[in-house]
Amino acid sequence: MGFDQLLFYVFAAVAVLGSLLVIGQTSPIYSVLALIVAFFGLSGLYVLLEAPFVAVVQIIIYAGAIMVLFLFTVMLLNVPREGASDWDRGHPHVRVWPVRIGTVLGVVMAVQLIWALSRTVGLGAGVADQRPAASEVSELGRVLFTDYMFAFEVTSILIIVAMVGAVVLARKREN
Amino acid sequence: MPLGHYLVLSGLLFAIGATGVFVRRNIITLLLSVEIMLNAVNLAFVAFGRQFGTVDGQIITFFVMTVAAAEAAVGLALVIGLFRHRESLNPEAFTSLKW
Repeated sequence: MGFDQLLFYVFAAVAVLGSLLVIGQTSPIYSVLALIVAFFGLSGLYVLLEAPFVAVVQIIIYAGAIMVLFLFTVMLLNVPREGASDWDRGHPHVRVWPVRIGTVLGVVMAVQLIWALSRTVGLGAGVADQRPAASEVSELGRVLFTDYMFAFEVTSILIIVAMVGAVVLARKREN
Repeated sequence: MPLGHYLVLSGLLFAIGATGVFVRRNIITLLLSVEIMLNAVNLAFVAFGRQFGTVDGQIITFFVMTVAAAEAAVGLALVIGLFRHRESLNPEAFTSLKW
């Protein structure tokens, strides 16, 4: 087994185990921290795929910005463990069967995806067989500001809508 | 590494995220599960981009990240608003459209 393969399996294990920890335990703050670990695993995979800029952005934007937003919210609301608060215990709609059925459906989905991919021809070709695209930031910027110019500008509208929406929604109402 | 390995990993992460939406009873963890699914798709995009030798996969990844950031900001603002109204984060508590 080559060094690259070993790294792939290590990073894949980190990503999968981190994601399983996110959904496998009930404390929201541990979920957020586990997801940050999973993002570091994914970032390593992006390095293996020769996309270093995506790897850096994954850490800075996802682990650095978005997850900190989640952490702030968890701490601001002082979110307790699932099932530990009054509203969880006393709620009349706590149901067990949807959770069990959902778990089964998730497993079925995973098996189905793996089965379909294992029967697809042409996936055995190594990702590193092709010559890599120039992965310098300058090349990324050139493509982003020429071929994807329109999508890039629309993104700015999306961000301002999200920003105004978040401010309006989270504002305290005076009445 | 074969492309298939990356796609299987991506599918596995997506299934984990989808299962999280079913299993957890806490809106913040549901949003985290959505983030897992978005990242699974990102991995598939980058793997395909590497396979075809273009940067398009990486560019799309940036757009997905932008959408994820916007979604997280609006989603968490909604969570704060809901918590102020109901003092609860259990999605079962938000079954009425108007109160």
